[in-house]
Amino acid sequence: MLRRYGPPALLLLAAAAAWQGVASLPSVDDLTLASPSEVVQALREDWSLLLDNAGVTLVEVLLGLAIALVGGVAGAVTMHLVRPLREAAYPLLVASQAIPIVVLAPLFVLAFDYGIGPKVAIVGLICFFPITVNVLDGLRSVEPSLLKLMRSLGASPLAILRKVELPASLPSFFSGLRVAASISVIGAVFGEWAGADDGLGRLVLLGNNQLQTPRVYAGVVILALMAVGLFALATLAERVALPWRRTEGAR
Amino acid sequence: MQTRLEAPATEPLSFEDTGVTVSGVARRFAAADRARGPVLALNDVSLSAHRGEVLGVLGPSGCGKSTLLELVAGLQEPDAGRVAVCGRASGAERLAACAYMPQRDLLLPWRDAIGNAALALECAGVRPRQARRRARPLFERFGLADFERSMPGELSGGMRQRVAFLRTLLAGRPALLLDEPFASLDSLTRAAMQEWLAGALATEPRTVLFVTHDVEEALFLADRVAVMSPRPGRVVAEIPVPLQRPRPRRETVTDPTFIELKEQALRALEC
Repeated sequence: MLRRYGPPALLLLAAAAAWQGVASLPSVDDLTLASPSEVVQALREDWSLLLDNAGVTLVEVLLGLAIALVGGVAGAVTMHLVRPLREAAYPLLVASQAIPIVVLAPLFVLAFDYGIGPKVAIVGLICFFPITVNVLDGLRSVEPSLLKLMRSLGASPLAILRKVELPASLPSFFSGLRVAASISVIGAVFGEWAGADDGLGRLVLLGNNQLQTPRVYAGVVILALMAVGLFALATLAERVALPWRRTEGAR
Repeated sequence: MQTRLEAPATEPLSFEDTGVTVSGVARRFAAADRARGPVLALNDVSLSAHRGEVLGVLGPSGCGKSTLLELVAGLQEPDAGRVAVCGRASGAERLAACAYMPQRDLLLPWRDAIGNAALALECAGVRPRQARRRARPLFERFGLADFERSMPGELSGGMRQRVAFLRTLLAGRPALLLDEPFASLDSLTRAAMQEWLAGALATEPRTVLFVTHDVEEALFLADRVAVMSPRPGRVVAEIPVPLQRPRPRRETVTDPTFIELKEQALRALEC
């Protein structure tokens, strides 16, 4: 435990100390750079405001993730089963990653109105790709000889999907979920920047305009914690769902 | 003793005692390098195994042994010739008549040992819980009762192979097709597994076709050994093994008859 988390914690502390040192230099304006202690103070003072807005953002993130999860898995399974569809859609899906989705945010606000809709849509859109691609790769990673074995045992394609391909794709599904979890918060923030009444992203943007630098940093810290927390949750879910991966790795 | 195989079988086979028959089979594959045209993997292969007979197919690496097994299993179709199992020639019927055990154990890492073996029953439509219940007696009989709940990641190579074999048995097919079942094991484990398999086949008699590149393994396990040439593979010799099965290992491998057969097999492999 200490071996694993000790070094990064130490590095983080060192970085915070350096930050504090730089921010305390007489030549550094408080408005340009808030020191860690000021950020902690802002966290304390603005706690309920930050928490309320974080709640709004978290709901956007979770809804978007849920949609990406359902859509991504369904899309991957469909593409896996329907080969022509896969051949048609897969290259387009990869190419679509060249579109900077964040610049679509204002368009989404136009299309879906001002509320939670466009934020959820953007989170869903950027999380869809890593989940779909990873699940599809996982489904296709099953060894050909294992498929032959299943065929010789008389398994139907559906039984092969259920008993072999889906379980085999779980590890890569979780890799995709981890990636999606860590980028989902970015999507929500961009969605809020394009137009929102509340949310942590909007609070950060607003704070920036009003030169409330410590509050901006405090918001960033919470956003980062949110992403890390989601990532950790995905990792935990993987450990619970796939205990066999540990004995496998031990060999 | 060495007999060239001219006809598919020396005596006419009645429908009942037909195990596996392969006659005049050829199989081509598209070469990776297209300019060179198709590669002939098997050419005019004929062999047969009677019901309850253990036939070893011995050949060098790349002679098409695995292809031959997949052809019999109904996983591939020959480009020429005829393959039949229990007198049935169509691919679907061969699939239904054969239990195929690939080179590697291919156990599903997320299922415990008994769950892996029970997979064979589940694929036949048995409910998972029922399948596990039906697999249990077999685990007891073959001394694996203590390992029922072990995950594949916790099992040694030999144990994994035993579980894979039980899965093959549980498929409940009249013919077993084993593709170099012990090639991935170290030599000591392999020797132990050969004896275990011989014992298992004594209690669960089946028509067995197994391929190997190990001369001793072929002669130790089989009633008859078909020797194949390098690619394009064909049967160059058939060597009956006139020793009772199952055979005690140490006595068998030092038996003068066995040593004589080994020399025959090695000679056949050379030509």
